[in-house]
Amino acid sequence: MFHIYCPHCCEYREEEEFHASGQAHIPRPLDPDACTDKEWGEFMYFRANPRGIHHELWVHGAGCRKYFNITRNTHTYEILEVYKVGEKPSVVANEAK
Amino acid sequence: MQHYSGFGLLKHSFSHHENWQRVWRNPTPKKKYDVIIVGGGGHGLATAYYLAKEFGVTNVAVIEKGFLGGGNTARNTTIVRSNYLWDEAAHLYEHAMKLWEGLSQDLNYNVMFSQRGCLNLGHTLQDMRDIQRRVNANRLNGIDGEVLDAQQVKEIVPVLDCSDRARYPVMGASWQPRAGVARHDAVAWGFARGADTRGVDLIQQTEVEDLIIEDGTVVGVRTARYGDIRADRVGCVVAGNSSVLAKMGGFELPLESHPLQALVSEPIKPILDTVVMSNQVHGYASQSDKGDLVIGAGIDGYNGYGQRGSYSTIEHTIQAIVEMFPVFSRVRMNRQWGGIVDTCPDACPIISETPVKNLYFNCGWGTGGFKATPGSGHVFAASLAKGEMHPLAKPFSMFRFHNGALVDEHGAAGVAH
Ligand SMILES: Cc1cc2nc3c(=O)[nH]c(=O)nc-3n(C[C@H](O)[C@H](O)[C@H](O)COP(=O)(O)OP(=O)(O)OC[C@H]3O[C@@H](n4cnc5c(N)ncnc54)[C@H](O)[C@@H]3O)c2cc1C
Ligand SMILES: [Zn+2]
Repeated sequence: MFHIYCPHCCEYREEEEFHASGQAHIPRPLDPDACTDKEWGEFMYFRANPRGIHHELWVHGAGCRKYFNITRNTHTYEILEVYKVGEKPSVVANEAK
Repeated sequence: MQHYSGFGLLKHSFSHHENWQRVWRNPTPKKKYDVIIVGGGGHGLATAYYLAKEFGVTNVAVIEKGFLGGGNTARNTTIVRSNYLWDEAAHLYEHAMKLWEGLSQDLNYNVMFSQRGCLNLGHTLQDMRDIQRRVNANRLNGIDGEVLDAQQVKEIVPVLDCSDRARYPVMGASWQPRAGVARHDAVAWGFARGADTRGVDLIQQTEVEDLIIEDGTVVGVRTARYGDIRADRVGCVVAGNSSVLAKMGGFELPLESHPLQALVSEPIKPILDTVVMSNQVHGYASQSDKGDLVIGAGIDGYNGYGQRGSYSTIEHTIQAIVEMFPVFSRVRMNRQWGGIVDTCPDACPIISETPVKNLYFNCGWGTGGFKATPGSGHVFAASLAKGEMHPLAKPFSMFRFHNGALVDEHGAAGVAH
C-alpha cells in the first residue's frame, strides 16, 4: 500500500485515492503529419518499462483530480520523489548501457 | 527416462520410495549450443521439449535465474480455455487446447488437466451481446461454446448468486465445456523432465545478465555464474522481465510489467466444480482438488517488478468474489502472492523475430498465458528450429505495433485469465 504525497493537496493520502496513468514525459509528435508508421507506433504503444527507477504520471482521482509525477523504484516500490507536471525529475537512473 | 506407471508406483513402494531416479540432471553448461532458451518457466521448458522432441534440435540449454517454473508459472490460477474472439488468437489458443488434451500421455507425467468447463458471466445487455458474438465466432472456428441464460448458469453453479437481488444480476454466460484447469507445477516439471531426457541442459540459478551481440546478430548470453555461453539462436521467454532482456538487445518492446495477485482459501468441501469468471464484477474462482478456492482478479495499476502488489487490490478481489458467491463470505484466506505479468497493448502475446538477428522473443502473455503453454512452446520451437516464424505465430510479431495490425482481445481477456 502506497502512501502518496499529492503536490497539489500538499498531503499524504492512501493509494486508493490515486490512479497510476503510466509513463510520464511522453511528448506528442511535433509534426504529426510527418510521422512514419513506426514513429506513430512508438508514440502509441511503446513505453519505458524499467526494472528500477521510473518516472510515472499519477492522478489524484478521488481527491483534487489533478495530475502529477512520481519517481519510483519499480523493484523496491520506494517512492523517491513527487513533482508537478511540467517540472523535471531530480532523481534519475544512471544509464549503464 | 524412468517410465511412470501404476505398476512402477507399486514396485517402488516395496523399497519405501527411496530409489526413484532424479527427475532431471543438474549439468554444467557447455561452451556452445544450437539454441539457448532464456527463462525456465512453462513456456521456455515447453519450447525446449518440442525443440528436442518434434524438431530434432537437442543441443539446447534452458537458462533460468531461479528455479524451474518459479515465475508466473508457479503463481498462476491455472485456467485453461480457448474461447478467444479473433481468428488469430482463437487458432493459437485452440492449438494449445488440443495439445493439453493429450499432454499427460505425451509427457508420461500427470499434469492433472481437468476439463471442468468455464463460465464467463454476463451482467449487462452489452455483455450478453459480446458473449453471443464471441461464442458464434468460436463455433465458426470449431471451438466449443454455448450461450447460457441465468437459469442454466444456476443449474451448473448452484452457489452462484443468480437472483435479481444481486447488485449486478447474472443475465447469462458463455460456457466452454472443454475448458478447465491443470496443475501448474506439474506442467513445468513434466516439460522439464521430457526435455532433459532428450538431452536439453537445464541450467538453474543462473541469471542472464547480458546478450552478446556482434554485428547486429546475437551470438550468446553472458552470465555471472558460467561466463559467456554461445549459441546460434537465442529465444527469450522471460514474461515480466522481457523489457529488461530487450534492453540488453538494444530495443524496446510495447510491454509494461505489472503485479498480478492471486489467493487461495482454506480447504473446504467440494462446492465449485467448474471455473466461474466475471469481467463485470471483476473476479474469478475455481476450487482445487485440495479443496481450496483459487481466486484472482485484476492487475495492480502501476508498473512493478516486486512480485507483490497492494492490499487494496486484494480487497477488491474479495469483494467481487463475495458479490458473486455470498456463501463464501466467511471462508478464510490462506495464502496470497503476486507474479509479474508482461501486459501488451492488445492483450495478445508477442511471438516474434526482433531487430537483432537470431534473437527471438516469446512474451506479452500478460495475465493469461498459462493456458497457452504447450501451444506457445510448440510454435516457438518450430520457429527457432527453422529460423522462420510458425504460421500461427506470424500475426503476433512485435512489429504489428508499427503497422497497426493489432489483435484486440481485451474483450476475451478482460479479468479472464
Ligand atoms: C496471479 C496470476 C494468475 C494467473 N492466472 C492465469 C490463469 O488462470 N490462466 C492463464 O492462462 N494464465 C494465468 N496467468 C498468466 C501465466 O501465469 C503466464 O502467462 C505464464 O505462466 C507465463 O509463462 P512463462 O513461462 O512465459 O513465464 P514464467 O513462468 O514467469 O517464466 C519466466 C522465467 O524467466 C526467468 N527469468 C527472468 N529473467 C531472467 C534472466 N535474466 N535470466 C534467466 N532467467 C530469467 C524467471 O525467473 C522465470 O522463471 C496468471 C499469472 C499470475 C501472476
Ligand atoms: Zn490532490
